[in-house]
Amino acid sequence: MEIRVLGPGCPRCQEVKKRTINALAELNVGADVQNVKDIKKISEYKVIATPALVINGKVKASGRIPSPKDIKKWIQEEM
Amino acid sequence: MKDKWIFLIFLLAFLAAYFIPFHQATVQNAISEAFLLLQEYAREHVLLCLIPAFFIAGAISVFVSKASVIKYFGAKAKKILSYSVASVSGTILAVCSCTVLPLFAGIYTRGAGIGPATAFLYSGPAINVLAIILTAKVLGYKLGLARAVGAIIFAVVIGLIMHLLFSKEEEKNREKSELVESEEKDERPMWKTGLYFAVMVAILVFINWGKSSPELKVWYFIYQAKWYIGAALLAVLAWMIIKWFKKEELKEWTFSTWVFTKQIFPLLFAGVLVAGFFLGRPGYEGIIPSEWIVRLVGGNSLGANLFASVAGALMYFATLTEVPILQGLLGAGMGQGPALALLLAGPALSLPNMLVIRSVIGTKKTLAFIALVVIMATITGMIYGHFFA
Repeated sequence: MEIRVLGPGCPRCQEVKKRTINALAELNVGADVQNVKDIKKISEYKVIATPALVINGKVKASGRIPSPKDIKKWIQEEM
Repeated sequence: MKDKWIFLIFLLAFLAAYFIPFHQATVQNAISEAFLLLQEYAREHVLLCLIPAFFIAGAISVFVSKASVIKYFGAKAKKILSYSVASVSGTILAVCSCTVLPLFAGIYTRGAGIGPATAFLYSGPAINVLAIILTAKVLGYKLGLARAVGAIIFAVVIGLIMHLLFSKEEEKNREKSELVESEEKDERPMWKTGLYFAVMVAILVFINWGKSSPELKVWYFIYQAKWYIGAALLAVLAWMIIKWFKKEELKEWTFSTWVFTKQIFPLLFAGVLVAGFFLGRPGYEGIIPSEWIVRLVGGNSLGANLFASVAGALMYFATLTEVPILQGLLGAGMGQGPALALLLAGPALSLPNMLVIRSVIGTKKTLAFIALVVIMATITGMIYGHFFA
């Protein structure tokens, strides 16, 4: 599974990454999690508002910090 | 943080400790000014203004659905709507300054194009909720209002000019694709969310109600009753929170308020100390003599306004720090016009973000944007200074 956290590195984006990693650990799932900080790369994902969470190329949330429950749900959907 | 940055900080602290002539009266005076200004903020602005404002900002980031706004930035959206939404949506989209640049890049490359993108870039940082509230509280409601209105009007003007200058060449390069935004369903009807925000803003307005002369009967009555009004509204808010919100949502609200606080307060704290040290409180001098300030940005001349907007455009202001710095400058003799010019040019531009903007839209457009911002800020400053000196 490929997970991308989009955002220029502000605390809100870091929180999304932290929640994602926690969710992966709780579900005991492995994934390739990376931050995308470059602004031009972020706009390639067709996302406007950051922080955004992209799982397997699908935009799951943008412009907000999603709840841990939602993140777990999305990971299970994509498995 | 990388070790080399930590080392650099150590080095700077060492050099400061080594070379600053702490025994001199002027330096000692400036240091005490720094802490007196900090105390003024702690006593006057933190409890009644900043903390409620941060809760409002936190609520905006959790409960306001961004998708409803973002659809107006799409490539197929009506142009008039794109411009108007771009110029005012900073209030809800730009609570944290680091979201402005990605949004700008997104609107430019994927959405409505250069006009609305630059309109958003210009107004976003100036009209975010925290900035308006703190400007109005510390620098007076006139300057706060002028900042918000000036930012909105000139955002549209700058956006339209950028569109006229560059629309032809950009139409070729742009791929017109729709923006995908994740589906978000609202948890409660619009009117409930609206009322909830209205009550929070009302609390903020009433508990900060200023004293006026007893002749203005209504205003004076509100001033006298402000704590009762505030308490009543707080009770209403508590009722709404219990009835309308789930426990999990409230946790998210507190959490996102805390994230903003963690991010912005340390910088504001440092900004207040620096402003106090260099400029002093209003009526007192810091390390920089007031006459320098008066000579550079006093009065309302073209030179003063131009200098203020160029300096503002180059300088980097962390979120909200422009407020204590301007308070110091105004106290040291800066004119009202140049102050507005700096407020308009400052947060929208800085050397570091010019580089990012350039990487998105190229050198020519960046230079045009910078020139427009500086010119517009100068003109607005002169007009404002002429009427409200």
